[in-house]
Amino acid sequence: MPSSSTPAPTEPLLQIENLGVRLGGRQVLEGLDLSLESGVLCGLIGENGAGKTTLLRSILGLQRIASGTIRLAGGSVGKARDLVGYVPQKIAFDPQLPLRTRDLVELGLSGRHFGLPWRRRRYQAATKAALAAVGAEHFADQRLGRLSGGQQQRAVIAHALVREPRLLLLDEPLANLDFRSTTSLVQLLGTLVREHGLTVLVTAHDMNPLLPVLDRLVYLVGGRAATGTVDEVVRPDVLSGLYGYPVTVLRHHGRFLVLPDAPDGPGEMRHAGTELPPPSPREEA
Amino acid sequence: MLQALAVDWSAFFADSAVQTALVIGVCAALINASLGVFTLLRGHAFAGHALGDISSAGGAASFLLGISALWGFLGMAWAAALAMAWLGLREARERDLATGIVLGAGLGLTALLLYLAMTTTSASGSTVTVLFGSLFALPPSLAPVVLLLTFGTLCVIVLGYRPLLLIAADADLARAQGIPVALLELVYLLLLGLAAAISAMTVGAILATALLLGPAGAALQLATRPVWAFLLAALLAVLAVVLGILLSWQSYYWFSGTSWPVSFFIVLLTLLEYLGAGLWTAFWGGSTWTTAAPPPSACAEDC
Repeated sequence: MPSSSTPAPTEPLLQIENLGVRLGGRQVLEGLDLSLESGVLCGLIGENGAGKTTLLRSILGLQRIASGTIRLAGGSVGKARDLVGYVPQKIAFDPQLPLRTRDLVELGLSGRHFGLPWRRRRYQAATKAALAAVGAEHFADQRLGRLSGGQQQRAVIAHALVREPRLLLLDEPLANLDFRSTTSLVQLLGTLVREHGLTVLVTAHDMNPLLPVLDRLVYLVGGRAATGTVDEVVRPDVLSGLYGYPVTVLRHHGRFLVLPDAPDGPGEMRHAGTELPPPSPREEA
Repeated sequence: MLQALAVDWSAFFADSAVQTALVIGVCAALINASLGVFTLLRGHAFAGHALGDISSAGGAASFLLGISALWGFLGMAWAAALAMAWLGLREARERDLATGIVLGAGLGLTALLLYLAMTTTSASGSTVTVLFGSLFALPPSLAPVVLLLTFGTLCVIVLGYRPLLLIAADADLARAQGIPVALLELVYLLLLGLAAAISAMTVGAILATALLLGPAGAALQLATRPVWAFLLAALLAVLAVVLGILLSWQSYYWFSGTSWPVSFFIVLLTLLEYLGAGLWTAFWGGSTWTTAAPPPSACAEDC
């Protein structure tokens, strides 16, 4: 294939085709296709173990893939690392860590450079801009470990933004946030996409907080995905096919609840309403 | 009485044992303080302690084999460091369990080797030397070697400072930037083994933890910037070692002609530094920015 370092404007920023990933003998992702243009906010929705983090790690080039291709701006994943910013899940900085928000953001630029740790001036303007972009100026000089969960999220987002990536990956950023922090973080993601032209891929086990800003949706169940707009994906027929059993989609004030139509197995139904199952047959096993 | 307090400086510095002790002791302080900061930030305090303890088996073996104690300590510490890198330092609980079991086995080996050294050779003082250090009894020829190793270690730390700091903050962030985290972890563990070996010779294998964690722990309570944490830890460690050597030397006059072990004084001083830093933090609020609350208006969005 000829060199494609200058992609045509119509070429998608992220193009995933038939992606398959195996982890320890288990098929974690299977036949996944996804194409994202610039300026799109895409939600990656699924339960724990659905393969959300694996997909993000694959895009980062940290995960060996079994089949398929991932292309970033027309190039391979390893060459395009600078195009991707990453916000890992479960961020919790050690209270003893002698780093201020400002220092972490600067490490976004300087962190991979070996050598004498000076030349700070060069980084300061970019650091300041990244802090402003996430509204973190007022805790820029505070120690990371003393910040609230929402503030730590913003600090890490600024750390990821400071290199001016075109694609931002966030892994469960809304987990463990209160309602107010959730709302303001979702607004921030919307702003990054609409005003800064970023493409954002954000994982969540609950799609509802993201709905106000969501352009696209990847609904992951057991490594397989349904992709499209919210209206295209969050439908009983699509999700039933994905889950492999009939599900109901309840809609209330613009929010969704996905429920199984019937209980998993016939055995559950029989015991509903009774206190305890009869002990005799289970004792044998 | 006056003689007990007045230090005879010229005699102190003229003593060749003191000279060697000062050079190797300061090297041990610098290496341990700087690695101690990373060790604490990464939550590897127990692994750092274990490396020191396990190195005692190598120290004991060096008596049996008749080789320099440094290579004995270093060989065993590096073997343990490689084992830790191979086992992987991921889950804190798993890691502590594996470390604890290997530590027990290492100390058991030490017991055997020390027994053999005592029964088959004339090295009667080997137990105390290996476990509690022999700073005043080190051969002067060791000083250049230790100086070189220390210089090399400090160069690696300074050159790898930013990637190592980012790994300490969050290893996933470092991986996402393409930093070779596994390779740097291996380098860090080997340097930690070197630190353990050198401090095993100064304060003893058992007490090596004190020099690794005490000054770094005190510095992390006080420092407001990463660079300051390293400089302060180095300063506190050097202070403890130099003052410890001086006190041990001077204690000859206090206890009617028998000086107390230098390890005791160094370890005591690192403890005092750590406690002092804790008291300072408690009374003066520690790091300056932690007391300064953000303005309430700016806080409205996400507090």
